[in-house]
Amino acid sequence: MNIAHYIPLFPFLAFVINIFMGRRLKVASAYVSIAACVLAFIFSLLVFQGFSAGQGSYSLGTWLVINGKSLNFGVIVDPLTIMMLLIVTFIGCFILIYSIGYMHDDPRFSRYFAYISLFMSSMLGLVLADNFILLLIFWEGVGLCSYLLIAFWYERPAAAAAGLKAFITTRIGDTGFLVGILILFFACGTFHFTDLKSVTGPESLLTLAAILIFTGAMGKSAQFPLHVWLPDAMEGPTAVSALIHAATMVAAGVYLVARCFPLFSAHPMALQTVAVIGGISALMAATIATVNNDIKRVLAYSTISQLGLMMLGLGVGGLSAGTFHLMTHAFFKALLFLCAGSVIHAVGTQDIQKMGGLLSKMKITGATFCIGTLALAGVPPFAGFWSKDEILLTAWNNHHPILFVVALLTSFLTAFYMARLIFLVLFGSARSQLHAHESPLTMTIPLMVLSVFAAFAGFIGAPIKEVGMEAHGGSFLIMAISTVVSLTGLGLAYLLYIRRIVLIPVSSVSGLHNLLVNKYYIDEIYDYVLIKPCLRLCQGSFVFDAKIVDGLVNAMASITQFFSGLLRKTQTGLIQNYLFVQILSLVLLLIWLLKI
Amino acid sequence: MIPLLSSIIFLPLVGVLLVALTPSRLDKCIKYTGLLITGLGLLLSIYLVMCFDKTKSSMQFVEYCPWLTGLNISYHLGVDGLSLALIFLTALLGFIACLASLNIQEKVKEYFIFYFLLMVGMFGTFMALDLMLFYIFWETVLIPMYFLIGIWGGPRREYAAVKFFLYTLAGSVLMLLSILTVYFLAQPHTFDILKLSSVGFDPHWQMVLFLGFFVAFAVKVPLFPFHTWLPDAHVEAPTPVSVLLAGVLLKMGGYGIFRICLPFFKDAAHNLAPALAIFAVINIVYGACVAMAQTDFKKMVAYSSVSHMGFVILGVAALNSTGFNGAVLEMFNHGIITGGMFLMVGVLYDRAHTRDLSQFGGLSSSMPFYAFCLTFLSLASLGLPGLSGFVGEFLSLVGAFGHYPWLVVLAAIGLIVGVAYFLYMLQRVLLGTLNPKCVSYGDMTALDLISVVPLIIITFIVGFYPQIVLTFQQVTINGIAHLF
Repeated sequence: MNIAHYIPLFPFLAFVINIFMGRRLKVASAYVSIAACVLAFIFSLLVFQGFSAGQGSYSLGTWLVINGKSLNFGVIVDPLTIMMLLIVTFIGCFILIYSIGYMHDDPRFSRYFAYISLFMSSMLGLVLADNFILLLIFWEGVGLCSYLLIAFWYERPAAAAAGLKAFITTRIGDTGFLVGILILFFACGTFHFTDLKSVTGPESLLTLAAILIFTGAMGKSAQFPLHVWLPDAMEGPTAVSALIHAATMVAAGVYLVARCFPLFSAHPMALQTVAVIGGISALMAATIATVNNDIKRVLAYSTISQLGLMMLGLGVGGLSAGTFHLMTHAFFKALLFLCAGSVIHAVGTQDIQKMGGLLSKMKITGATFCIGTLALAGVPPFAGFWSKDEILLTAWNNHHPILFVVALLTSFLTAFYMARLIFLVLFGSARSQLHAHESPLTMTIPLMVLSVFAAFAGFIGAPIKEVGMEAHGGSFLIMAISTVVSLTGLGLAYLLYIRRIVLIPVSSVSGLHNLLVNKYYIDEIYDYVLIKPCLRLCQGSFVFDAKIVDGLVNAMASITQFFSGLLRKTQTGLIQNYLFVQILSLVLLLIWLLKI
Repeated sequence: MIPLLSSIIFLPLVGVLLVALTPSRLDKCIKYTGLLITGLGLLLSIYLVMCFDKTKSSMQFVEYCPWLTGLNISYHLGVDGLSLALIFLTALLGFIACLASLNIQEKVKEYFIFYFLLMVGMFGTFMALDLMLFYIFWETVLIPMYFLIGIWGGPRREYAAVKFFLYTLAGSVLMLLSILTVYFLAQPHTFDILKLSSVGFDPHWQMVLFLGFFVAFAVKVPLFPFHTWLPDAHVEAPTPVSVLLAGVLLKMGGYGIFRICLPFFKDAAHNLAPALAIFAVINIVYGACVAMAQTDFKKMVAYSSVSHMGFVILGVAALNSTGFNGAVLEMFNHGIITGGMFLMVGVLYDRAHTRDLSQFGGLSSSMPFYAFCLTFLSLASLGLPGLSGFVGEFLSLVGAFGHYPWLVVLAAIGLIVGVAYFLYMLQRVLLGTLNPKCVSYGDMTALDLISVVPLIIITFIVGFYPQIVLTFQQVTINGIAHLF
């Protein structure tokens, strides 16, 4: 029985119930959303079971007919989709439970659960769609929910602006995506993913299509140069940051590349682009994270960096490595954000320089925070270690030495900034008056469950195996190198932030420090190079419209009026004038006639 | 058997008669007559849709009766897949705008008389199959519209009404000349649109005649640079008139192109298509840029119409079934969405008596229903996939991409600006802290909701399952596309 398409319907139903009856339901709206999510999870498990029994993709009917080709309401069921379904519903459940505690006194409690259910529905639809157009619908759907949830506390101008920025930045990527889809359609006449394995067409055109499709992924997964929206998106509630801006939606870009992997792997230029953009993003975001003082923004930059690492993994040809890291990252990054939320909930600030020594006051949050950190830092045997190792290994085996070094450097920085984060937050002594307390059980239970997965999910192994990539050589050496690098990062942070040893005086690197604190001035550059000129262009077109285009219209009227004004003067109403003109004309006419 | 099409056209004339006989002090009575008549019209048009045979490409419900036999002018009506959706749109928006007209306070009797005459003209334009009849209905629309803007409009209503009237009339004159030329060129002389479609005019004449008709239609669409009457007319027109103006009147231009320009002058269409595509993209990008610069809410929506109607012309320029289907679907969707947008502007204007976007802020807190509806319609209008605005635009883009890839890329970039101005508007109106001036504004009334919610539902359904509309038009549109 084909049941996969019911999965997104449960959260959608929860959305409908909560949006229309939320005010009456009050706290119960959370239970509606959670119940829907649990049902979606159970159905995902059933699909998983059914898949091992041999059920696959199917179609529900025609959605649109384009150039004589029908586009279906198609559902794709394969390991990649099943992995995404399970991640979204499983992590989603715990984040929803956590939200009960986190959002408990918010006046728009039920609205929050409505939006997040709509998000789950779109996200599940996204991973089930079997063609680009259906995917694009849900793709924009998750983008919309992201917008609504970033601007959830819309009274704060910063939140409203962040929502706008997120929507427009991702939309820029999506425009490329759309054009890419069109090129692909015209080059090989298909919108369906299953046809990608066998597409043939002009090499350069397909490469271009793949790269343009990747720009969509860049926008959604906040990859350089479209990464600017993600740090600002931290204006939203933290549970949202955990679900949407860490574990699931931002991973949709990685999912897209993985989904179109046959297209990318057939065109080395496109694959190379993915790897390079991923590498740049990974390194750039990791360096910024080392100096940031906002607990959520550090994690946001870390997310950009880790997504970059996934892209790098895919780009060096590691479908299994990239998707494996997507899975483990979903667990530990969701955990880290939830921990951060628990901390913010307790201390009421996001500035890590004001925190310190929280481990003793918040034992569960502190302990799970540490587990998440170790997992992200890539310390064995925690989850992040295994998946990152796969990426490093693939980069090495497929002869990408530069990207291998970039990945290694990123791991070092990751270990460093994460250690810095927990040392400043959890260890040492409090640097300001904080009345910290442990969070309620609704918040700590999800932390504990997710920390179990953050610790052990690595042993599940890569969920997607690709053919011919099984035989790895020299993996122990790389494991050892990566472990040493991670431990060095942790150790360096220990020296700097616990022992407070000044290795290099900050003044000697103030230029670099400023560059990092100001995020490489990318926002400022965009403002100056793109946004301001664009607004000026709009203003200019309006002036052009009013003065030139409409001016011409009004000028025509004025000219007509002017001449009619002249002619009107002849209509004096005085009979003498008319008689005079008549006689004069008659005389002139006679003279003219007689002359001939 | 009752002639269905004539009943739909002339039912509003019964309304004129009823209203004319009602003393003007009974303004409630007049308003209910208005609702009754437009409601009946809506029911009749739903009945029309239900009786329509989707599989036939020929005209249906044809009514034919010789009229001025000496000149071969006949009373000839018919409906096919091209006009069906637009007739339904006219009936629906006619009813919804009538609901919005219940707020009219002054000269109610005169208002409804003009309103009914406008309905007659709009229905007639979409059903006429005789050029002279078409022209008569086309001009019939003009006069009531002139009065509706000129009497019930805003402060600069006279300027706007005169501008609208003269601008469209200038276009119509060219159309009349072209109609006469077509009549004399065709052997035997005829005004019958169906017969003229298969005449095949001399290529040199085609160019001239195409442009003659096209300019008249381009003014209505409106196509750059003939669009400047639109923002003025919209800003001054009362809400229900704006709804009909954007929702139906602009479609008359697009409809004319499909009904007359394309089938009559195929060679000219072929030659002029690239130019059309360029103007279409100018409309899309330029309209969006100008909309971005607006501070007046209604003017912003008016320029967004300019931008969206560009997709209709782009679909036309594609000269294939995908583009044509996209263009016709976009006309229907734009009518629904922008009609709704103008209602939303009206709701706010009724409370604030200003349309200056800087005078609002934080309305999400005090007007949650309004916030929901406005956000929904804005998202539909900016072309969010999953809502109806996307499908038409997407089909237009796909259709045109094969011929003009670079222009399509430009149009897609224009869409980004479209996102920007709508979101910026939402930010200024709904988000932020509640503006102290807006504290007293009540949320949408039941009446407001009754008029907007059906449009929202249609937007959602068509966006999610576009075949529901496309199946009605496909056969006819593919027939037109087959000519090329």
